[in-house]
Amino acid sequence: MLTNSLVLAAILFSIGVLGVVVRRNAIILFLCIELMLNAVNLAFVALSRAVGIEGQVFVFFVMAVAAAEAAVGLAIVISIFRHSETVDLKNFNLLRW
Amino acid sequence: MHHFEPTLLGLIVLLPLVGFAINGLTAFLAPERKAIPTVVGPAVLGLAFLIALTNFLRMLGAELHEPYVHSYWSWMPVGNLQIDAALQLDQLSMLMTMIITGVGTLIHVFSVGYMKADAGYARYFAYLNLFVFFMLVLVLGASFPLMFVGWEGVGLCSYLLIGFWFKDRKNADAGKKAFIVNRIGDFGFIVAMMLIFSNLGTLNYVEVFEAAPAAFAYGGGVITAITLFLFLGATGKSAQIPLYVWLPDAMAGPTPVSALIHAATMVTAGVYMIARSSVLFALAPVSQVVVAGVGALTALFAATIGLAQYDIKKVLAYSTVSQLGYMFIGVGVGAFAAGVFHLMTHAFFKALLFLGSGAVIHAMHEAFHHTHKDWDPQDMRNMGGLRKYMPITFATMWIATLAIAGVWPFAGFFSKDEIIWQAAAHAVGPYAGWYKLIWAVALLAAVLTAFYMTRMMVMTFHGENRTGEEERKHLHEVPAVMWVPLAVLAVLSVVGGWVNVPHAVADLPVLGWIPTSEWLHEWLHPITEHADAIMAANLPALAETAPIGGSAAFWAIASFGIAVAVILVASRVVGSRAYRPATEAPEPVGLARLLYNKWYIDEIYDAVVVRPIVGASKALWRFVDQGLIDGTVNGLGHASRALGWVGSRLQTGQLNTYAFAVAIGVLILLGFVAF
Repeated sequence: MLTNSLVLAAILFSIGVLGVVVRRNAIILFLCIELMLNAVNLAFVALSRAVGIEGQVFVFFVMAVAAAEAAVGLAIVISIFRHSETVDLKNFNLLRW
Repeated sequence: MHHFEPTLLGLIVLLPLVGFAINGLTAFLAPERKAIPTVVGPAVLGLAFLIALTNFLRMLGAELHEPYVHSYWSWMPVGNLQIDAALQLDQLSMLMTMIITGVGTLIHVFSVGYMKADAGYARYFAYLNLFVFFMLVLVLGASFPLMFVGWEGVGLCSYLLIGFWFKDRKNADAGKKAFIVNRIGDFGFIVAMMLIFSNLGTLNYVEVFEAAPAAFAYGGGVITAITLFLFLGATGKSAQIPLYVWLPDAMAGPTPVSALIHAATMVTAGVYMIARSSVLFALAPVSQVVVAGVGALTALFAATIGLAQYDIKKVLAYSTVSQLGYMFIGVGVGAFAAGVFHLMTHAFFKALLFLGSGAVIHAMHEAFHHTHKDWDPQDMRNMGGLRKYMPITFATMWIATLAIAGVWPFAGFFSKDEIIWQAAAHAVGPYAGWYKLIWAVALLAAVLTAFYMTRMMVMTFHGENRTGEEERKHLHEVPAVMWVPLAVLAVLSVVGGWVNVPHAVADLPVLGWIPTSEWLHEWLHPITEHADAIMAANLPALAETAPIGGSAAFWAIASFGIAVAVILVASRVVGSRAYRPATEAPEPVGLARLLYNKWYIDEIYDAVVVRPIVGASKALWRFVDQGLIDGTVNGLGHASRALGWVGSRLQTGQLNTYAFAVAIGVLILLGFVAF
């Protein structure tokens, strides 16, 4: 049972990573990050049965931080969109050499 | 006889420094107010001279065997090296102080007239006062380092005054040449000081000269090295072979400067230094023969160049080099008092000659200035017949000429003749052959001296005037402020030699009535007696006759006769030649051409010394400095920039790339953890 849960978490996390690496759309990127966070949450919850209650406590922290991060992140995405009518990240490469 | 205590000794040194401060401030703040330097410049010198004279008169009646040393403050207390800012007054420094302040005062007064139209009037007097200050430090300092302070200081002032009209490139170059050539000599002086200190542990005169006879073996290697290095310093400052080349060029400065610095005082510093270190030189017979030999060679060599120069100041410059050679013969053979004697008489008549030439140049310059003629006012070919227009200058300069040529009863006769005789008398011991040669060379140079000086006088004052019709009307005698110093110096050039009439004169048949007094010898006896004792203990008795026979008195009369004969012959030879103004005169040919171009020594130095150094410096600059050192530093810079460029390629600005890198990194870390 634990193994299945962890495998699922790993699969979800890998999908998230893959999305962040290959997609260019900022919204999609965001969703993938959320996916990774929730994959981790799943792993925490699954492991808490075997290890202790702290895993579940930690999940709440992650959810709170993720909510705050989503609020700030979406605000940035909106202001990016207002700036140049697109959220395609290949157009936003100012921070380079 | 009472104990001697000088009064206001420090003030003698301080007064010119005060004058420098006042004139220097004037030069900065109000250069157009010429009244201030006119009063202050000569006044500080005059006051210093009066104080020196007072001390001198009191010293005459006092007993002073040990030098009077007064320490003002501790200057360099470094471990064993204890050097005080101390002044030393003894017979030698007293005499030098009298010459410097006395002749200096006259030259300052002359300068008031000579420089009155110059825009740099206050600056000129500031430099001149500063020079006198350093010169007094040089002669009154009580230790070698203090002498060195004065030594460098007068070098600086010499540089400033040679390049006084620095807007002309030629003058600035002459100043630099003087400064750089003197550096070579100063190196010798410093090495000598270090050697003295490492061997004796002190640099104060009193202690050094007391310890030296016991510490150094007679003729030993160390003392020979010390004295030769000291002499190297003297060749720079006193313009001897091989470092004399700067002095003729130094004539680029104002003429009173040539009189004060480059004839009467600064250039005699080397002679003073050797007379001061007489104990050291007496211990090193090899150095003595080198000093005398270089002096004789310089005396002859410079005299030959003086034969063919047309610039009146160049003739006098080479004459100075030649006369300095005589002084070195004197101090070289061990007749230190004779060298100092010639130093004194030379200060009188050569200052007079330079000031006289200054008066001539002044008059010529004004005449050409009136008619806007661009002829050279210093070229003797443009002069001729000036005696009608400048009778006082004419008369005083003839007195000086007779003095320098060695005509009795003028000052130069006594001093120069004594040096030549001393060279003969000291032709004993292991180097007798050399001294005989030096004696012969000195005699020959005396003949040349009489010749080139007569030539200069005849070309300048006799014959037809060559300045031109219009210009002639504007030729006139210089004002009193300029001719009065000439007259005073003329009197000194006549009587200056009488302070030291040798006793040998009393034996002469006709001239036996002349009062003899070897006053200067007795006066300097406390300074020279230690050296005399060393030489007496190590050398045979002095020769009674010259190398080819004849006593002192015989040779005195003979050299007088030679001088008169040469002057007569020279005035006939030169007077019979028809000179033409410089612009239309033919180029000198043959030997005259060689002499006119000063044996091409400047060109030889340029090819042998200057160019190789410049070439090597350029090579070092191009290959070592620019290639190696700059290459290394710049290479490091380029390498770090290149590395940075490679690293910067990673920064794409694309989030995905970064995310990919992070993911890969995590995978690798995981791989490490797992396996």
